[in-house]
Amino acid sequence: MATLLDYCALVRSKNAGPFTLTFDFMAKDERTFTALCATGALSPGLFASLFHVAETEVVVTPVPAALAIKVSLPRPVVQGARGDSDTYAGQQYGPLMAMTLPELDR
Amino acid sequence: MEHRILAPTGALGAGFDLTGFSRGVALRPHVIACDAGSTDSGPSALGSGRPKLSDAAVARDLRHLLRARADLGVPLIIGSCGTSGRDDAVDHLAGLVRDLCRADGLRARLGRVYADQPADRLTRLWDEGRIRALPHAPAVTRETFADGHVVAMMGAEPIEALLEDGCEVILAGRASDTALFAALPHLRGADPGPTWHAAKTIECGAACAVPPSANGLFAYVRDDHFDVTVLHPGARLTARSVAAHTLYENADPFRVIEPSGVLDTAGASYEEIDDTTVRVRGSRFEPAGEYTVKLEGARLAGHQTVIVGGVRDRVVIRRLPELIDMAQGYFAAKITDVFGGRVDPADVDIDFRLYGAGAVLGAHEPDKHDPAELGVLITVTAPEQETARAVATFVAHAASHLPMPEYDGLVTTIAYPFSPPETDRGPVYEFTLNHVVTGITPTELFRSSVEAL
Repeated sequence: MATLLDYCALVRSKNAGPFTLTFDFMAKDERTFTALCATGALSPGLFASLFHVAETEVVVTPVPAALAIKVSLPRPVVQGARGDSDTYAGQQYGPLMAMTLPELDR
Repeated sequence: MEHRILAPTGALGAGFDLTGFSRGVALRPHVIACDAGSTDSGPSALGSGRPKLSDAAVARDLRHLLRARADLGVPLIIGSCGTSGRDDAVDHLAGLVRDLCRADGLRARLGRVYADQPADRLTRLWDEGRIRALPHAPAVTRETFADGHVVAMMGAEPIEALLEDGCEVILAGRASDTALFAALPHLRGADPGPTWHAAKTIECGAACAVPPSANGLFAYVRDDHFDVTVLHPGARLTARSVAAHTLYENADPFRVIEPSGVLDTAGASYEEIDDTTVRVRGSRFEPAGEYTVKLEGARLAGHQTVIVGGVRDRVVIRRLPELIDMAQGYFAAKITDVFGGRVDPADVDIDFRLYGAGAVLGAHEPDKHDPAELGVLITVTAPEQETARAVATFVAHAASHLPMPEYDGLVTTIAYPFSPPETDRGPVYEFTLNHVVTGITPTELFRSSVEAL
């Protein structure tokens, strides 16, 4: 089995304003981008279950020119509100790194 | 027609390399623009008026920009002064500009645009149904607009008005980052598609360079495309790194919303001219049917005292979550007792974050592993600092001597690195708005002033 780091040169999470959480999955090359898209792993359902939001609130957008998949959803806690432990939302991708994905074809 | 823009750094005060900057100046830009603010570091700057970066760091950058501007005879535009773009932050930066100009013998026509929104104006707009919630907006009432500090995020038009007035240094309150770079080309009649996409690409400075840096970028906006080039020696730009920048901190990578319309990059193509320059074609700007201006608000959420500690004993690590739950009841009773009923326990928030056991992701942490050490961050938030501190002192004391059922006798359950363990954080703030004002002219919510230096 493979992990996200086998497919991606960069995985990050970040604020898109204080009320929105966004993820960038930047594939290593065209081959891994196509393969990552084909796994369907980065689905609205995955993020809905991880961050306890409705699937309809999760937007997944492939960006071919950047060989990237973008995912945006409501921020689980408003930035800076009581209970927020991640001001820049920079570590929210953490649990995804352990996710298992189909082995890449050599 | 060509419009050349120098973006020296992603944020005024973040610094930039002078070799790359000199290269940018030598390319004879028509305008130098730089953003100085963001909501990215949280609600504190807007709530308190205290900027994220120091005066020393801001003045260092500003001095180079003012000298270059004077040499070139072109405008310098700074947006979202003092991180928040509050009126007092604009005036504070104006003070730094005056000092630097005096010290360096520079003259300039200085324009300021203010973005603070008085509460009575906002409540009137609210009553008229002209304030609309954006996605994920918090609940507001009529009273929200008078609670805390509110700024509106200007588009390019208030800045264009000062350019038309001949201003050479423009200090803007809260402003769309892109608007600072788009204002001059827009005023000179450039195609808005390449203009706004170039602005979006360079507003973070060399963040889209390989490797990313705090240094600058240079854009050439032409009739049906724009070129973007990196200035810092050794840095590169690739078609992909430029294309990828539309992802950064945006919810939607293809549609960037501005007050006057939407930048649509879905049809854009990216071509490497050489190692340091990328050409972008096919960007479109769709004018909005209705001009909207976004509001940002932050209000006081209380005063805070924090305690940091650590736990190494496995027995304590295992017991801590349940003991903390039990301790909350004890703390509530203690608050009532200590303050003789003058402080309502419901007004004091005592929060324990266990680093190593889901502190970052909280309830969303799927991986409940067994740490060897546990970091403990205790935050006490109360209406007054004195109360927060008083509560924190007995919380720190009680938390370090939690009763351990496994042990016969008193143990110290938390390792404190500081004496005293409590540190006052002062006032803390929270965001109040994610709304837009509708049915307005582009300049009506902003005031400006002009002076000769």
